[in-house]
Amino acid sequence: MFSRDRWDEILEALNANKFRTFLTAFGVFWGITILVLLLALTNGLKNGVTADFGNFATNSMFMWTQGTSKPYKGLPKGRYFNYKIDDVAAIKSEIPNLKYVSPRNQLGGYNGANNVIRGTKSGAFEIYGDYPEFIKQRPMDILQGRFISYSDIEAKRKICVIGTGVVKGLYDKDETVLGTYIKINGVNFLVVGTFKMSNSQGDGEQDASTIYMPFTTFGQAFNRGENVGWMAITAVDDVSITSVKQQIFDLMKFRHKVDPTDDRAIGHFDLSEQFGRINGLFSILSLVGYFVGALVLMSGIIGISNIMLIVVKERTKEIGVRRALGASPWSIKSQILQESLILTILSGMVGISFAALVIWVMNSILDNVGPVDNFANPSVSMQVVFTALIILIVSGVLAGLIPANSATKMKPVDALRIE
Amino acid sequence: MIQIKDLHKSYHMGSNSLHVLKGINFDVKEGELVSIMGSSGSGKSTLLNILGMLDEADIGQYILDGVPIKNLNEKIAAKYRNEFLGFIFQSFNLINYKSALDNVSMPLYYKGVKRKERTEKAMHYLEKVGLAQWSHHLPSELSGGQKQRVAIARALASDPKVLLADEPTGALDTKTSYEVMELIQGINDEGKTILVVTHEDDIAHMTKRIVNLKDGLIIDDSPVEQIRASAHV
Repeated sequence: MFSRDRWDEILEALNANKFRTFLTAFGVFWGITILVLLLALTNGLKNGVTADFGNFATNSMFMWTQGTSKPYKGLPKGRYFNYKIDDVAAIKSEIPNLKYVSPRNQLGGYNGANNVIRGTKSGAFEIYGDYPEFIKQRPMDILQGRFISYSDIEAKRKICVIGTGVVKGLYDKDETVLGTYIKINGVNFLVVGTFKMSNSQGDGEQDASTIYMPFTTFGQAFNRGENVGWMAITAVDDVSITSVKQQIFDLMKFRHKVDPTDDRAIGHFDLSEQFGRINGLFSILSLVGYFVGALVLMSGIIGISNIMLIVVKERTKEIGVRRALGASPWSIKSQILQESLILTILSGMVGISFAALVIWVMNSILDNVGPVDNFANPSVSMQVVFTALIILIVSGVLAGLIPANSATKMKPVDALRIE
Repeated sequence: MIQIKDLHKSYHMGSNSLHVLKGINFDVKEGELVSIMGSSGSGKSTLLNILGMLDEADIGQYILDGVPIKNLNEKIAAKYRNEFLGFIFQSFNLINYKSALDNVSMPLYYKGVKRKERTEKAMHYLEKVGLAQWSHHLPSELSGGQKQRVAIARALASDPKVLLADEPTGALDTKTSYEVMELIQGINDEGKTILVVTHEDDIAHMTKRIVNLKDGLIIDDSPVEQIRASAHV
C-alpha cells in the first residue's frame, strides 16, 4: 500500500501548500505534546509521593499493641500488654502466606537525647533491634562489612551496623570504622558494618542516622527481655497483606487474652493499603491526563479532518480527472486516508519528541535545584509512547475517513464539470 | 468497436425532467475518426460522457470492443476507463503540481505499471507529441497547445482502444488548433479509433465522418472528405 509512488503522491500533495500543512500539523503536534506532558507530570507527582514510602516492601504492615478497650476473661479494660518473641514463631507457624515476620525494638528517636558516645564525640541516633531478614523488607546498601546474621542473634553478640549519618557524627574523615566500638546507652558495641538506604528520598537524614543491632542483643542490653516493640510483617507476593492481617490480629488477641471484638487493642499500619490507595489515586490522575490530553488532541484531529475536507473540495476536479484516467475509488480514498495518516503521525512524532525534550529539560532543572517535595523524575514509559502512537494512528484514520468518503461520493462526470 | 442501440438519458431537476438523449443508434468501427457536432444542449457532451463511462444511460445498449457496458460499479468502470479509453478535455485537465512526464505516466500508474517502465513509456509518448525536452516542466510553464499535447500523450499512454476528445481545440487559437488536429490525425493514421466532440465546422471536417446531433437525436451521419490539418499549418 505504501509504495514509493504513493509516497511521492502524498508528499507532493502535502508540499503543494506548505503553510497550510504546517498549521494543520501544529494542532496534532500540540495535542500530543500536552498528552505526553500531562502523563509525565502525573508520573513525576507519583514518583515524588511514593518516594515517601521509602523502599519498604509495600506488601507489608506494622503491628503494635495498644491498651485494651474491653474487659475480657476477668481482665480489666485499659490493660497494657506486650508481644513476646514466641508470638513471632506462632505467627510464622500458624498463618500461611507470610514472607517475613520481623519483631523490632527501638531506642531513641525523633528529638531524642544524645544516646551514643564514642570517645569525645556523641550523638542522638535511632537504635533498632532487628532480625537479619529486615534488610529484605527495607532494602539498604551495605557499604562496608556486613548486616546482622543469625549467629549474631543466637550468640547475642554485641555488634551493630551503623548508617552513614552515624559515621559522619562519630568518626573523623578517613577514620577506620569497622572493628571500632561505640557506646550506646552505656553499653559497648562492635561496629561490623555501615549502610546506606537504597534509593532513599525525603527521609534520607533520618535513615542515615540509624543503628541496627541483633534483636536478642537489644533485648538483653536494654532490658527488654522477651518483649517485642512492634512487628513488620510482609506477605508473599501474590497475597495481599490486607487479606491476611485479620487472621494475625485474631491470633494475637487469642494469645494475649484480648476480647476478639476489641479492635482498639492492636494498632497497625497497613502499608499495602496506603500504597494501594495512593496508586489508585495516581491511576485516576493518569486517566485524567489521558482524557484531557485526548480531548486536546481531538481538536487537532478535527483540524486535520477539516483541512482534508477543504483539500478534497479543492481537488474535486483533480479527483475527477484521476478517475477518468482509471483511478479506482479505493485508490482515491486510500490516498486521502494516507495523507491524513501521515500528517497525523508525522506531527505526532514531532510532538512526542518535543514533549520528551521538555521532560528532559525539566529533569535537568530538577537535578540542578535538588529534590522538590512530592515531585521527582517526571517521565513517560515506552508503553505510554506506544499508546500515544496508537491513538495517533487511529485518529489519523478517523480524521481521513469523512474526507476520503466525500472524495468519491461525487460522480466523476460532475467532478469534471467543476471549475 | 463501439455499438450503441436506442440510448436514452434524462436528467431530473426537482420536478422537471429533461430528456437529453432520445434514442441514439450508431456504430463506430475500428480506426475511424468521428466528430460529433451539435449546438449546445443537443446532447453531444452527455453522449460522450456515456461513451466514457463517466455517466450511465437510462435505457439502451452500449457495447465497447465486444464488452457490454452495463450496471458497472465504480471499480470496474475505473478499470475499463483505464484499459479502453483515453480522454482529452477542452481545458486539458492536467494536474498542476505534477511535471508533464508525471502527468503522462498517471494512467500507467493506475494500470499498475512499474515505475521504470512507466517513465520509459511516458517519455516515448511525450516524444511522439514533440515535447520530450519539456518533460520536467510543470503545466503552468507550458503554452496552451503544449498542454493539450501533453494531455494527448497522457490519453495515449495506456494504449487505449478509443480516444474521446471533448472540444479538444475549444480553448486554443486557430493555428494551435490545427497543430493539435494534425497530431490527432496522425494518431488516427496509425489506426487508433478517435471520437471528437466539437462545434467548429473546420475541425469537424478534419475528421472522416460527422455525426450531427440535435435535441437528443442524430439528424445526420455521413462520411466526409478529410481535410488534412497540415495543409493549414
